[in-house]
Amino acid sequence: LNPELTPSTLSSEPAKSSHSRTITIALAGNANVGKSAIFNQLTGLEQETGNWSGKTVALKEGKLAHHGLDIRIVDLPGVYSFSSYSPDELMTRQFILSDRPDIIINVLDATSMERNLYLTLLLKELEIPCVVALNYADVARKKHLHLDLEKLGQILGFPVINTVAIKGIGVHELTDAAIDIIQSKVHIELPVIQYGPEVEERVKRLSQALTDSGIQTPVRWTALKLLEKDLEISAEVKNQSPAAAVLADSYTAELAAMHKEDSATVIASERYAAAAKIARQISTQLEPAKKVNTLLDDITLHPVLGYIAFLITMAAVLVFISFFGSWMTTQISHFFEIFNPHATGIIGTILWNGSVVGFYAALSVALGFILPFYFILAWLAESGYLPRIAFMLDRPFHIFGLHGQASLPLIMAMGCNVPACLACRILENRRDRLIATFLSTLVPCSARSSVVLGLVGAFIGWQWAIGLLIFQFLLIFIIGIILNKLNPNKSPGIIMEIPEYRNPSLKIVWRQAWFRFKDFLTLGIPLIVIGSTVIETLSAVHWLQHITEILSPITVWWLGLPAFTGVLLIIGILRKEANLALLIALAGGAAVTSIMSPLQMVVFSIVIMLYIPCISTIAVLIRETGLKITAAMVLAEVILAILFGGLAFRLLPVFTNLR
Amino acid sequence: MNNSTQEYLEALFTLTLDGRKATTTDLSRRLNIAPASVTEKLKKMGDDGFVAYSPYQGATLTDQGFEEAKKMARKHRLMERFLHDVLHIGNEKVHTEACAMEHGLSDETERALCRSLKSPAKCPDDQQEIPACDFEFDSCEKCAKWAGDNLEEVGKRKSNIVSVASLKEKQEATVAFIRGDRKSLKRLQDMGLTPGTKIRVNRIAPMKGPVEISLRGCKIALGDEVACNVFVEHKRPSETVRP
Repeated sequence: LNPELTPSTLSSEPAKSSHSRTITIALAGNANVGKSAIFNQLTGLEQETGNWSGKTVALKEGKLAHHGLDIRIVDLPGVYSFSSYSPDELMTRQFILSDRPDIIINVLDATSMERNLYLTLLLKELEIPCVVALNYADVARKKHLHLDLEKLGQILGFPVINTVAIKGIGVHELTDAAIDIIQSKVHIELPVIQYGPEVEERVKRLSQALTDSGIQTPVRWTALKLLEKDLEISAEVKNQSPAAAVLADSYTAELAAMHKEDSATVIASERYAAAAKIARQISTQLEPAKKVNTLLDDITLHPVLGYIAFLITMAAVLVFISFFGSWMTTQISHFFEIFNPHATGIIGTILWNGSVVGFYAALSVALGFILPFYFILAWLAESGYLPRIAFMLDRPFHIFGLHGQASLPLIMAMGCNVPACLACRILENRRDRLIATFLSTLVPCSARSSVVLGLVGAFIGWQWAIGLLIFQFLLIFIIGIILNKLNPNKSPGIIMEIPEYRNPSLKIVWRQAWFRFKDFLTLGIPLIVIGSTVIETLSAVHWLQHITEILSPITVWWLGLPAFTGVLLIIGILRKEANLALLIALAGGAAVTSIMSPLQMVVFSIVIMLYIPCISTIAVLIRETGLKITAAMVLAEVILAILFGGLAFRLLPVFTNLR
Repeated sequence: MNNSTQEYLEALFTLTLDGRKATTTDLSRRLNIAPASVTEKLKKMGDDGFVAYSPYQGATLTDQGFEEAKKMARKHRLMERFLHDVLHIGNEKVHTEACAMEHGLSDETERALCRSLKSPAKCPDDQQEIPACDFEFDSCEKCAKWAGDNLEEVGKRKSNIVSVASLKEKQEATVAFIRGDRKSLKRLQDMGLTPGTKIRVNRIAPMKGPVEISLRGCKIALGDEVACNVFVEHKRPSETVRP
């Protein structure tokens, strides 16, 4: 079981002229170790990070110019292994095997070496040169955990560097070490980590059988995969070298008989034993580690308090944004109205009411509602609270035939539906992914919530706004139950790492929020200003009513809304935040109450929350679920919106004092 | 072992799973037998070494009794699954039907049932966990592939294994066996749940929610469906037994 040092040589490709080719650096590591943060530091691209597994659900690429070199950085999904059973792991493995990145930066959580080294050993088997980043070096230090970097470097044969990714510490050293290896023309020594003698003996004999058999994958890795009975590799070897396949079959049987365990289990155990041994060799606990404070977990994972904490958190976020948003809207409006020239005439009205009010209304929605939503959600993601929510909601989500991890896309969807639909990829099967995706598109995103909070919340009362949101979540709940009844399934069960709580770095949280928000400034505000100006122009030349008449059977007759809402609903398909902004603009800076009754506000909010996903979400839906299913989802949502909007218009005046 | 002993073992298995003692009243109610007869029978089972019984306090299973009871519970619940999944018999009837059939069930048939039902984890009517078999198979795949029907060649598992789902908070145990197909096996092993790994149960969410365990310096949440398939070597809480 001892990992011993046996040097073998592995040459890194001799570097050609440094300008002639692109160098590829891939980032690999377990989920939750800070790969995305390192990627962000390297590329300056602001990829989403967060303290929960399964966030990087596809390969992400960025460019880095370093000392005149053109470097392509690829962020691989967080995986625990390279088995052929999970799409993420298979994709990662195929990328490494077929694209052969020049070097891999293997990111490890310094506070959890044993588990993290398992993947490092797998990477070594793939025979790709690595640079090892021990991330969260600051947390390890706080825990009085000393790691012997030099020794680890000797054992692995890779440079090892301490990093604190969110602060950018050690990131440059990583790049330098990586480039040094790629550019050095000398062969580098790579010690092989040895497993037990029974395994090694068979690996050796299998390797001999595999040499010159035309197998493209690294020989030692292939031999180990054969002993692990990996489906893909076994099939390939059967084709290319039947003799080796026969040999592998007899060896797996021998190993199983010897260890009284399946041969795949034997290999996994040996690899973990090697990882544990290395972890022991290099770690010293300088002072007894302080007992981890579990108070937060005792509350957030408590059978009763945990649910209360979750509900309070959600309600607090919504109520806060409701108040903050209306305050911000008033402030911005007061500021701009100081400069109101009160111009008369067509041109003056179009320019002020259309363009200027459109601009500051868009700004109010952006700064008052959308930015705080993104900020708070990014803060929650960084803190590590999301996996706790998944833990607590595991049981309730079984009502939909899903497990707790399906709650994560739904929470992300409160910011924006687009990343939520992508995050549904963390679920195991297609049926689960489809249900979670559909439910995610029903979650009111920050742009849709801005209508509810900024219209109903500001002009009728926050209780009504929260009531509407509760109605929406009840509807999602009922639809989830119906979908599960139509297509029942037993959840495969959650398997999820629970990371420690971390105090989020405000800088990172800010960058996350800003990354999503930027899109709004560059696309949202111009669109709203143009839309608002066009509407004012159409209205000034008396064309608006002709357009709104087409939709008026639905908007006016069935929903009881003012005719102009027809135009808003159409522009809203492009960007949902346009709805509130255009309403404010239409009111010409005055309170929206001058153009809409409270009842109409509630009906309008219900329609906005349901009626159709925005164009960006539709694009992602088509990519993730196909055209047919997307069409069905969109149609279902339009029907729901019209149905519930009309019912609210007819029933609310009967049962409440809303008119 | 006669049928009535088997029924008692099964009832005791369910009643004492939480580590508490089963009282005569509990058993009398569950088996619909007069308390006096229950006391009589418990004394006899005590002499046979299946039960640790002390009057006025109640009864628990001895290690031997626990193994026998586990086997009976397994046969009963597998039979229920078969009646429900294959013969489509309603949930309200499977229990009584299985009660009548389980006593004659041989080990071969038990294994065949488990294999053809793809190693089910729970019974259909009250979602009780189906214990793992006591044959020395290292994986369900091995059992499925192994052609011979002579179970004596396979041998019996030496250790006493229970599922992670049946552990209590703060209990520690050692991973012994993972039930299910190769995919789920591999996934758990890659997360570090290899045989011999020490784990500790930190938290159990209510109503068969997930279990949070510590292993190899990190924490992992396992859903109930998964926890039911991870078996650990564990000493039963026998310290509560006062003979």
